[in-house]
Amino acid sequence: MSFYFVQFLSGLAAAATLFLVSSGLTIVFGVTRIVNFAHGSFYMLGAYMGWSLIERWGTTPLGFWGGVALASLAVGLLGALMEVGLLRRLYRSPELFQLLATFGVVLVVQDVASAAWGAEDLLGRRAPGLKGSVDILDQPFPLYDLVLIGLGPVVLGLLWLLFNRTRWGTLVRAATQDREMAAALGVDPARLFTGVLFLGSALAGLGGALQVPREAVTLHMDMAIVVEAFVVVVVGGMGSLTGAFVASLLIGQLQAFGILVFPQITLVLVFLFMAVVLVIRPYGLLGRAEDAPPTAASPGPPLVLAAGLGRWAPALLLAVLALVPLVAGDYALIVLTEVVILALVAASLHLLIGLGGLVSFGHAAYFGLGAYGAALMVKHLAAPMPLALAAAPLLAGVGALIAGWFCVRRSGLYFAMLTLAFAQIAWSVVFQWYGVTGGDNGILGVWPPGWASGKAAYYWLTLALAGGALLLLRRAAFAPFGYTLRAGRDSALRAEAVGIDVRRHQWLAFALAGSAAGLAGGLYAFAKGSVFPTLMAVPVSVDALVMVLMGGIQTLSGPVVGAAVFHLLETQAMSLTDWWRLGLGLIIVVLVLAFPKGIAGFARDLWLRRAER
Amino acid sequence: MNRRHTLLLLGAAALFAVAQPAASYAQTSGPASGEPIRVGEVNSYTGLPAFTIPYRQGWQLAVEEVNAAGGLLGGRKLEVVSRDDAGKPDDAVRVAQELISNEKVALLAGTYFSHVGLAVADFAARNKVPFVAAEPLTDAITWTKGNRYTFRLRPSTYMQAAMLVEEAAKLPAKRWATVAPNYEYGQSAVSWFKQLLREKRPDVEFVAEQWPVQGKLEAGPTVQALAAAKPDAIFNVTFGADLAKFVREGEGRGLFRNRPVVSLLTGEPEYLEPMKDEAPEGWIVTGYPWEQIDTPEHKAFRDAYQARFKEPPRQGSVVGYATFKAIAAAVAKAGSTDPEKVVDALSGLQVTSPFGPVTFRALDHQATMGAYVGKTTVKDGHGTMKDWRYADGANYLPSDEAVAKLRAE
Repeated sequence: MSFYFVQFLSGLAAAATLFLVSSGLTIVFGVTRIVNFAHGSFYMLGAYMGWSLIERWGTTPLGFWGGVALASLAVGLLGALMEVGLLRRLYRSPELFQLLATFGVVLVVQDVASAAWGAEDLLGRRAPGLKGSVDILDQPFPLYDLVLIGLGPVVLGLLWLLFNRTRWGTLVRAATQDREMAAALGVDPARLFTGVLFLGSALAGLGGALQVPREAVTLHMDMAIVVEAFVVVVVGGMGSLTGAFVASLLIGQLQAFGILVFPQITLVLVFLFMAVVLVIRPYGLLGRAEDAPPTAASPGPPLVLAAGLGRWAPALLLAVLALVPLVAGDYALIVLTEVVILALVAASLHLLIGLGGLVSFGHAAYFGLGAYGAALMVKHLAAPMPLALAAAPLLAGVGALIAGWFCVRRSGLYFAMLTLAFAQIAWSVVFQWYGVTGGDNGILGVWPPGWASGKAAYYWLTLALAGGALLLLRRAAFAPFGYTLRAGRDSALRAEAVGIDVRRHQWLAFALAGSAAGLAGGLYAFAKGSVFPTLMAVPVSVDALVMVLMGGIQTLSGPVVGAAVFHLLETQAMSLTDWWRLGLGLIIVVLVLAFPKGIAGFARDLWLRRAER
Repeated sequence: MNRRHTLLLLGAAALFAVAQPAASYAQTSGPASGEPIRVGEVNSYTGLPAFTIPYRQGWQLAVEEVNAAGGLLGGRKLEVVSRDDAGKPDDAVRVAQELISNEKVALLAGTYFSHVGLAVADFAARNKVPFVAAEPLTDAITWTKGNRYTFRLRPSTYMQAAMLVEEAAKLPAKRWATVAPNYEYGQSAVSWFKQLLREKRPDVEFVAEQWPVQGKLEAGPTVQALAAAKPDAIFNVTFGADLAKFVREGEGRGLFRNRPVVSLLTGEPEYLEPMKDEAPEGWIVTGYPWEQIDTPEHKAFRDAYQARFKEPPRQGSVVGYATFKAIAAAVAKAGSTDPEKVVDALSGLQVTSPFGPVTFRALDHQATMGAYVGKTTVKDGHGTMKDWRYADGANYLPSDEAVAKLRAE
């Protein structure tokens, strides 16, 4: 019995950290609607700054707690700086575009932290006066963890006071409920947002600095926490502090007791939990329907088929690309092969985001399922390449049909996080099922047969298949199906009223996008010769999202341009320098500021303006 | 709709990719002359800098020494083109292709993660290029997924587990608990440890196991769950940040009180050093007590390394240094850079590493490099090892028949 009680306390301590970080995220999201990927980076910076300050002054309780507070404040200032310098310039852009900017910040922070604090893990000082443990029911329990357990409710209480007993808090709540109305009543949203980002980032920094006595500070802290924090926010209900608190408690306890029953479950537990909660409760535990954010795409000018010469541009582009092997070397060809494959991935994601208004955080699942579909055919059935390639979109399409059925019943960020949950579940199955998938050591020897093994031959094959799929996706966008999808995006209510089954169309779009990504995955498997679970991991989903946003979501050419620019930039930067993340991050930030509608969106605006003249 | 701009942009981007000459981290020191011998090197420099940067310094030192001694094959310099793989197998394969096509390298070397190593090994076999895997520990790379072109320097998971089992069997402990990261490395380490220990000690039982996600150990609950099983001893495979968390929380909750811990890799300075005076006391580990090894080979290496980089060597430094010394020796023995000849030269190649003589076995292309087995301790506020001995890898491999069977699969 005493063991279970102590296990419960351990779960509470873990929950406290999770709450501090996710409360910041939920506040930021509630008011600004920004999906802030950089939140984990602020957590990591808080830990590093806390480490430095505590190493210097942490021998006394005052120095220690002062250091923690100072680190938190410093990180808060950085958050405010990010709002003033970067995000503020993007509020007129399509929703979600800020996500791209924060992704740039993530990359920059990774390299800056590595340069400033070095590569090695840093183990900080323990909190003075709280080093030992106390016996609780004959089980030793660390004193510091008891303090953390107490801190969670204290922070919740302080935040409640701030939001319910101060004018600023009232304004923030008003803006959370109706941003436009608050602005119309004379509340300066810019100043409010700066304050909110300060508060949110400071909370992340506090969470990070408080970890110093518990664990080593590393360069991987940012990614480790940010996804989990999003899970907490969504499970709790977006913008709901109490919800975040309850969700943190539940997840902390689930982890503490889950490992007793089934130790391997740690891999996927939080995502399983999120999937179950979201399937049962559309807006999380304590979220309210009106808190659901608007869909990703602000409609913008409608898509129209290009007239005249422009109509032939895609075919012309394909023809030009088909001639490239005459001049390019092997390496250039495989990079171009990858670009074509990624263009298909980005375009399939764009079908969901741009036309359906559905932002998916888990698109890598279908890319990966396609790759595994092909690889499994080769490994277990010794299937020839054409057959294996046919299996790729099939497996991915089936996966998308199943996941999509659940996902399209939710909207906004709830939809996005549900796709992420399914992607993580698929990933953990592939990662763990050694007998069939080879686990994390993957499947090797997935090479194309002789006739397609030349770099040029495989490039042409890819171009034909992926190019064909791209044209089909384009066709779908201008078919009645595409118009229906866009109608559902722009006004689901009106679309339903004229008799369109919006959900069914979204479901079909999800399956179509999934199988297109699956075809890309199959092509990728044969291009690389091996497949690994990393193909369906979170970074791949994020990369796909970045490509779509970089190119711009309002044109069909956007994702293709985005995929090409992003992939070429990344490969070039990687072979030029070890600081490629810094370079790539800065370029993304600059691109975001220069082209707030994406590269293709910018080019189109330029074109339209010229045409008007 | 504007397609023309798209075209322009795409065209420009493609040109950028094709025309841009790739820069390289070329090492071109020393008095050697003639067409250089180029080696392509891939590793997770941004993914795991704590391990790979000492590794890079190690191979830089080796290359400088080779070139200062007059280079290879009658005065040709050894030149290394190094690339980051971002910790992803698909990126590693692309980079390997770039090294072969654009940089015209004769060999490939490097990699840290097992899955990245396996991807490059398969690529090397497909393209018939010799590949010396430096760091990956997975048994598969030389056994079940082994191929003619791939060689591996470090002692594998099996070998390291076997070294520790030898010590673990001497303990009176009968009830064991294990904690290992939930991926192939952790799983195969635990399963070998169980199997080999049971062979030596049929009386042991395994009473608890924990499988935290790599890098996300929930230290408190995990420690508590292990303690609840009341084991006599613990076998640990976690490393890096997880290890530090595990040690802290375990000390705080009294998990290690009167309980021996047998721990893989924990004696390596990469993992021991960051824990400073909190490094665990008396754990039985494999590692590298760099400041205490006074064999002539190691002293020469350590002095040269410290003189060149003004910091003590790490395990990674030794791996990088020995990998490139082996490559140089293989090219010299082959008398050419022809891939088939280099592969033949690497099979059965004998070289002297800072740890002593090492043979790349012709049977499975696994090197017999060993590790130091001893106990951890804290001295002058730093974690280090005591009571250690060198465990030669050659003594910790299964029978030739068993290996041949594994490779045939």
